[in-house]
Amino acid sequence: MTGLAPAEPHPAPVEAAAGVTRSDVEAVNSATRRTLYKAREPIYPKSVKGTFRRIKWAVMAVLLAIYYIVPFIRWDRGPGNPDQAVLVDLDRPRLYFFFIELWPQEIYFLAGLLILAALSLFLFTALFGRVWCGYACPQTVWTDLYIAVERMIEGDRSQRIRLSKEPWTLRKVGKRVAKHAIWLLIAIATGGAWVLYFYDAPTFVAEFFTGQAPMMAYVFVGILTFTTYSLAGFMREQVCTYMCPWPRIQGAMVDAESISVTYLKARGEPRGRHKKGTSWEGRGDCIDCNQCVAACPMGIDIRDGDQLECINCGLCIDACDEVMDKIERPRGLIAYESHKGIERRRKGETSKLQWLRSRTVFYAVILVAVGSVMLAALIDRAPLDLNVIRDRNPLYVRLANGQIRNAYTLKIMNRTTEPAKLVLWTGGLEGVDLKVAGHTPPEDLSIVVQPDEIRSVRLLVTAPAGTPPDSSLPISVGVADENGKVAASDDTVFVTGAP
Amino acid sequence: MSPKREKDAITGVETTGHEWDGISELDNPLPRWWLWIFYGCVVWSIGYWVVMPAWPLLTDYTRGIWGHSQRQQVVADLDALKASRGAIGEKLTSMTLEQIEADPTAQQAALAWGKSAFGDNCATCHGAGGGGAKGYPNLNDDVWLWGGSLEDIRHTITVGVRSTSEETRQSQMPAFGRDGILEPAQIRDLSEYVLNLSGRSTDPEAVGRATQLFADNCSTCHGADGKGNRAFGAPNLTDADWLYGGDKQTIIETITKARSGVMPTWGGRLDAPTINALAVYVHSLGGGE
Repeated sequence: MTGLAPAEPHPAPVEAAAGVTRSDVEAVNSATRRTLYKAREPIYPKSVKGTFRRIKWAVMAVLLAIYYIVPFIRWDRGPGNPDQAVLVDLDRPRLYFFFIELWPQEIYFLAGLLILAALSLFLFTALFGRVWCGYACPQTVWTDLYIAVERMIEGDRSQRIRLSKEPWTLRKVGKRVAKHAIWLLIAIATGGAWVLYFYDAPTFVAEFFTGQAPMMAYVFVGILTFTTYSLAGFMREQVCTYMCPWPRIQGAMVDAESISVTYLKARGEPRGRHKKGTSWEGRGDCIDCNQCVAACPMGIDIRDGDQLECINCGLCIDACDEVMDKIERPRGLIAYESHKGIERRRKGETSKLQWLRSRTVFYAVILVAVGSVMLAALIDRAPLDLNVIRDRNPLYVRLANGQIRNAYTLKIMNRTTEPAKLVLWTGGLEGVDLKVAGHTPPEDLSIVVQPDEIRSVRLLVTAPAGTPPDSSLPISVGVADENGKVAASDDTVFVTGAP
Repeated sequence: MSPKREKDAITGVETTGHEWDGISELDNPLPRWWLWIFYGCVVWSIGYWVVMPAWPLLTDYTRGIWGHSQRQQVVADLDALKASRGAIGEKLTSMTLEQIEADPTAQQAALAWGKSAFGDNCATCHGAGGGGAKGYPNLNDDVWLWGGSLEDIRHTITVGVRSTSEETRQSQMPAFGRDGILEPAQIRDLSEYVLNLSGRSTDPEAVGRATQLFADNCSTCHGADGKGNRAFGAPNLTDADWLYGGDKQTIIETITKARSGVMPTWGGRLDAPTINALAVYVHSLGGGE
């Protein structure tokens, strides 16, 4: 604390009274000193009506509907297979998404999906700033839902402030109990819906309420109920300001052309109260009514300029537009605008969103590229997949008659719903002798892979006498269907042991 | 550098006094809930010390009242693993080896089980993939000293070779040189005879001299034609496979000093399903017989 400089230069020593010198001293622990920790000050966002509020309601409705309804959508996959359209089946383990069925070794599709999601966030942020934060982020959606419940029971901003200051009457207790009860119900539904993505939804709902669901399910519902209730009910803007890394990262994605909620200072200032019928000459359009501040769920004054708390939700725009309509001034004193756009306005040009910029083009190109690669991979997925692993220990085996044998382990995946009747096959090396470990007789090369099964089979390949003495010969190993058509094969090598 | 705390003009908040390339940090107060989480962690850690093993002492450590132990955890996990293998273990015990091999589910289980047991018990001598080494048979080829059928393999695993088991597979080649049964010159001639069995001799006269020697001393076990005899684990001398080496020098050494490789008995150490799984696995390595 020694570094604290006094606001004013030291005044010369003065007498406090006769014979008493007045010290120029400030108590180290005085009340005016800043505290190290600050309690959260509750925010009471005022309800607004307008374009962006309507968009927010619509987005919320769609997202919540998707979240709660999707697990109940059915999708017929034939007998023995789950009929839930979207399901993460950890037991089998499979990932079902409508007509797509992913196996664990294809988890890269999920990684690709996350990359796509990240890239779209980059693109949207470069164009529209933190719109994700303001409209689509679960934290925003559930907080908005919780505030709507709060408003429904306790009333709008001024009534809520009044209620919080009231003594604990029966009326207040009743309202608070009702609010928290509904909040908890929503929280349980949220946690419950999450678990539905991992179980058969209708079965789970029945098991959940009869106490028959697995312990882990209750634990997860409990955890997610707690996070929903505490984060949307109490933490709210603290999550965005202090916990979430995404707002910090977004700083790297925006530039001077990215739009964000902006108070147009040039038009608004100097602000001040305005009496009806008086002139607007020589003053700004802002009448300092503070409606934008009252509406803000983050508790900031947008007129202070860009702030790290701002989630770009546009509710202050709606609040201000309502006021502008009343005082018959043009709307848009607060608007989605970029730094460059403000400059263009100052020059008298029209401000338009600049879609084509190096970073938006860059993000879009990567987005399309990753998307195309994933789509191609998805289309290219064979219903029958094969991995050939050649024995490395030993690399080759010399038989009693001096011939050389190599062994290959084939892992055959049958993703279809029918048993695959296959015949083991090799190509590239003429006259080889094939045997299957464990088959009777070992010369029997046919194999059946049941649906939804990975079958592992060991193929022994013996090269005929007179095989070229190269140390390693190219060979293809695979499986053919009953008609002899090669269904899947892998290129590998045959090691002869020659130096 | 002494920090110079200043009031930031825009926010009115004091800075920490540190500056990096013109960027200074605002000294905003931390949210109070952050402090609560810190206190919560302190309380949690105290609780952790009480219930879990935590503090090292001079010769011991505090055990914690929940009595958690990672060693016990491992034991419990292994027991759970064994229990989970119960059904398939029963299958591997009750089915014949041929049945196991013919049943895809049992076969895949036996291969996995056998592979892991092989790595734990057999790989030390036979190599991780059963590739063998000098004196330790390669289990991937088609040469079997004591037989390569499923039953032969299971019996060899169970009783071992020259092991401590009473039923062990047993045979002993005489040390013809060391024990003075044959003269060095006779042994050299015999080595040419053995080389000739696989068509590699360069000294027809020596082969002729040794013909009677082989008939008198070797054919009892290795057979008149040198093709070996599995009853004694006597190797076939006519093929391309040599357990200790097929060059002249090594053959002379073998005749002089004899060989007596040992494989331990596993009957008392491994349970029935494991031995069955090992038999199926080893049989699968080279296709068996």
